[in-house]
Amino acid sequence: MSEARTQILATIRGSLKRGSLPAEGQAALDQRLGQPRSGPIPARSQLDPVARIDLFVGEAERVDATVDRVAGAAEIPTAIATYLAGRNLPGIIKMAPDPALRAIPWSENTALSVTEGPGVGDDMVSVTTAFAGVAETGTLVLLSGPEAPTTLNFVPDTHIVVIDAGCIAGTYEQVWTEIRAAVGGPLPRTVNWITGPSRTADIEQTLLLGAHGPRRLHIVVVENRDPENG
Amino acid sequence: MPPTTPRPSPRATPAAGTGDALESTTRAFDANTRRALADTNLQDALARLSHGFPARRRDAVARMPEFEQLRDAARDIKVHVLENLDAYLERFEARVKDNGGQVHWARDAAEARDLILGICRDVGARTVTKSKSMIGEEIAINEHLENNGVEPVETDLGEYIIQLRHEPPSHLIAPAIHLSKTQVAETFRKVHEQFPAERSLEEPRVLLDEARSVLRSRYFEADVGLTGANMLVAETGSVVVVTNEGNADLTQSLPRVHVVIASIEKVVPTLEDATAILRVLARSATGQEMSVYTTFSSGPRRPGDLDGPDAYHVIILDNGRSKMLGGDFHEMLRCIRCGACLNHCPVYKSIGGHAYGWVYSGPMGAVLTPNLIGLEDTGKLPNASTLCGKCEEICPMRIPLPKMLRHWREQQFATRQTPATSRAGMKLWAFLARRPALYRLATGTAMAVLGMLGRRRGRFRTLPMVGGWTAARDLPAPQGPTFSSLWKQRNGGTS
Repeated sequence: MSEARTQILATIRGSLKRGSLPAEGQAALDQRLGQPRSGPIPARSQLDPVARIDLFVGEAERVDATVDRVAGAAEIPTAIATYLAGRNLPGIIKMAPDPALRAIPWSENTALSVTEGPGVGDDMVSVTTAFAGVAETGTLVLLSGPEAPTTLNFVPDTHIVVIDAGCIAGTYEQVWTEIRAAVGGPLPRTVNWITGPSRTADIEQTLLLGAHGPRRLHIVVVENRDPENG
Repeated sequence: MPPTTPRPSPRATPAAGTGDALESTTRAFDANTRRALADTNLQDALARLSHGFPARRRDAVARMPEFEQLRDAARDIKVHVLENLDAYLERFEARVKDNGGQVHWARDAAEARDLILGICRDVGARTVTKSKSMIGEEIAINEHLENNGVEPVETDLGEYIIQLRHEPPSHLIAPAIHLSKTQVAETFRKVHEQFPAERSLEEPRVLLDEARSVLRSRYFEADVGLTGANMLVAETGSVVVVTNEGNADLTQSLPRVHVVIASIEKVVPTLEDATAILRVLARSATGQEMSVYTTFSSGPRRPGDLDGPDAYHVIILDNGRSKMLGGDFHEMLRCIRCGACLNHCPVYKSIGGHAYGWVYSGPMGAVLTPNLIGLEDTGKLPNASTLCGKCEEICPMRIPLPKMLRHWREQQFATRQTPATSRAGMKLWAFLARRPALYRLATGTAMAVLGMLGRRRGRFRTLPMVGGWTAARDLPAPQGPTFSSLWKQRNGGTS
């Protein structure tokens, strides 16, 4: 279809009454692409770290996520077991094969059954990490990779996300800067922004949670308050 | 059981032998409108819409003091993109290839359909899951796949419902907005034969859970996942798809092949630019601060990945848009399909989306549709507006929709497509307007006569020549002198 490509680009240029961009125009574009500029940044996310985490939690709850704040990683298994038991959900977890999650002492004090892998048909509960949180809207940012299969974010009925409080940024723009620095090359195959559990209002504008993705989104914020867990 | 009014179904007949996707029923706009106004189910649905979306948008805007600045920034990004569209498309294409994906170009709907079918055939696909795509509607991809032995399965709940009912969408973001839950229940009872016939389907929750369970297995069976794109990011070769249901993510992460269909104006320079536009998109569309799922996908599965598609294709569609650049309708290419202009339009809120007769409805549809399928077939649309200006006032991209509707009306007049009665009326008015003394005499006499005739009641229930007005409301009788004579009095005799 290179003929189509040629013709479409030629029509665009004809309509813009020019040929290909001249060298200086191309250079200006390269500069704009190479040094991305942020648009206006809403003031509400410009906060000190403590208030920023509070804003993240408040915004996430506003969009029907539930949030648990724990002092350190050692508390995660009990917190998750309590959350699941409180909703009468099975303690059977499909976990992302992520070293940070593997380091959690799952079998101490809980009867949780933990396996690893991508999301498949009958998975009820998944546990993943997030690369970052965005306080502005209570949004989680998840990157795909061998340690983070994306299907875990969408297939199970309940998605539990463990996030370090230090990873909660004010804005999406800060997270893009962090992602570029962390990956140092092309973006991961998938970057997922997740703002609350799945929903629809397609039938008579009635808002219902759990359309096709998870019915429940539970966020465990690890605050690292206890130096022992630092 | 409420009566179901038969609806025009532009989806039914792809126009043969042209690049056009669907046959428009816009020529029957007057009949469509009368049918819509008499349809009580539809009127109930439109009343729900009128109270829902605009109020939620208002609340979201109230929570975001910088909203007007965000609108300016979003508009400026698209203004810049359109001036450099060729270069950004080339950059996007190069990055997708770097990421291991393939890019295809389609001049019109027919080329796009053939490209998609070709990809499906290459992998021996039997079913294709689809997340809602207006471009998919524009090119009528479902019919094409069905006619060639590939089953398309819509996964957005609203789109799934209307696929089962063989109807076109009636709204950009809420395709089944025109239906009641009773109508949805009737459809599910008829189509989902695997469930007990006597089950209760009264609650929306039950309907949703039934659709969820039916579609679950379809996601896993599908060979190809077809999505649209809200944006294409030139910097990274990423495709941005936004949903609330999560259906686009299941559609693009489970099948072996992910195919994206996007039109040329969807490209933006950087991730920051995409972010700026996302800040106004959901607020304008549903009044959410951000949609639930915003997904940036960049190519197929990488080494070591445990899931994701093996192959990744992006089809870039023109279908008349490159010719809109630089002309009267250039600014329409800034549209991000949020649906705000539909939700705030007095005409859309009275007649719904189907009356417009093609894929796009509301003010944006009235401007865009004649560009895509020609003014001759869609001449009524530019007149389906009171030019009240609300659409431009709330458009996140500040598109001057009323100005463009006037452009179409002028073109219609210039090419003599305006009805003879309107043309004669305009001529009569122009004749009088050029002769002020005669104009004053004519209007003064008419007002005096009407004033005298209507003095007793103060209004007219019926009046010849203005039956369209008096059918639904009274016409107030004129009182006192005309505007021109009042003006003359106040300004001491100078007019």
